[in-house]
Amino acid sequence: MSGDPAGGRRPDVALTVDALGLRCPQPVIELARRISAVPVGAVVAVLADDEAARLDVPAWCEMRGHTYLGEVAPTAFHVRRDH
Amino acid sequence: MAVTVVSVNAAPGPSLGHFDAASGERLHPAAREALLAALDQGWADPARLYREARRARLLLDTARESVASLLGARPDETSFPASGTQAVHLGLLGLAAGTRGALRVLPSSVEHSSVLHAAEHLAEARDAEVVPVPVDRSGRADPGAYAHRLAGPAGVASLAALQTANHEVGTLQPVEEVAEVCARAGAPLLVDAAQTAGRLPAPGGWSVLTASAHKWGGPAGVGVLVVRKGVRWRSPSPADEREAGRPPGFENVPAVVAAAAGLEAVARESATEGPRLTALVERVRAEVPRRVPDVQVVGSADRRLPHLVTFSLLYVDGEAVVTELDRAGFAVSSGSSCTASTLRPSHVLEAMGVLTHGNVRVSLGRGTTEPEVERFLDLLPDLVGRLRAQAGVAGL
Repeated sequence: MSGDPAGGRRPDVALTVDALGLRCPQPVIELARRISAVPVGAVVAVLADDEAARLDVPAWCEMRGHTYLGEVAPTAFHVRRDH
Repeated sequence: MAVTVVSVNAAPGPSLGHFDAASGERLHPAAREALLAALDQGWADPARLYREARRARLLLDTARESVASLLGARPDETSFPASGTQAVHLGLLGLAAGTRGALRVLPSSVEHSSVLHAAEHLAEARDAEVVPVPVDRSGRADPGAYAHRLAGPAGVASLAALQTANHEVGTLQPVEEVAEVCARAGAPLLVDAAQTAGRLPAPGGWSVLTASAHKWGGPAGVGVLVVRKGVRWRSPSPADEREAGRPPGFENVPAVVAAAAGLEAVARESATEGPRLTALVERVRAEVPRRVPDVQVVGSADRRLPHLVTFSLLYVDGEAVVTELDRAGFAVSSGSSCTASTLRPSHVLEAMGVLTHGNVRVSLGRGTTEPEVERFLDLLPDLVGRLRAQAGVAGL
């Protein structure tokens, strides 16, 4: 896990959650644990190569009321904290 | 060494609830009775001319007439392969063998793996183009999407496939609308009726219909393959004289007789069983999200199978839920695969775009009682709570 702001692929990423190599449901758990570390409106990048993350990250956003911004690069999923 | 049947002494007590009828329904008493009688009466070769053979032939013909009429088919269109999967394989490969030149296969993206694997086989063996037809978030295929894809390049033969209902989430499919679209395009349609045969009226409009006896309470080892008269279907297997040259090999007369008796009984009981199970499923659909936090119920709320409901539990490993429920006496299945055995999540949940982990499929059977369902609803919140506490995700 890294909090390196430069770890994301876009400059406005406030936090990168490195879940590479972790199996479902671990990537969304890591996202859920860390999203409160960024201010509302900021973007979190989740790096995950588990097949399920592509579906589970957007599904989590919908259940939790955050905005899924898409898979901006292979295995890099961006989420905006909305509350 | 003698073969004996031993009981697996894994659970301390009897199973409280078998909630996995969609994988395999317990043998119906009518099917069991017919099977035992037919083992004695229908053992001979139905292709021969002596007395015992004629008796086996009569049993087989009667069973065929019964199954055909319950599925909206003619007896001479109906045959019995060794499984639902074999029925699908022969059905789709036979339709492909009835075409020449370039070929496209259009399965919905939530078909049973037997359909998708047969399509992949055609991609390799026939260089067919496989074009999956998308579904909405409830898992329902859009007839318009079939129409759009059937209006493909000229000179290319198309085959379509659609299930009557989805096996993982229970959503009913618009089979008759898609059948009309296919008829207009001149494309044959394979309909996989495995989840609805005996439970719901059979749809019309198909070119090939398939089903599986153990899904309705018949014995395992009996599939149903119906090829509509006039449909261009050629056996993909070497020639064989039996079963009108469709599935090859010696007929399993006792099992087919049992399958027919089971189908008759289940179809007869569906008038009362359907509403009874629909009400129990409705209770699970309503109560699980009320009692357990962070649950996504998936599949259509109204256009659905009477006996099946699926939900996904956030932050929970689906296989862990299956194991814990088994320990508590409940048999369920899961479309999640978070372990190393299979790397991909369920293609059905993936196509629907819903949560793929923590997935639990509850499919109720003939023997399911209301107290069993209530017991399940009572113990599920603590069971999920424990798993979430162990994973350190409570309150996330």
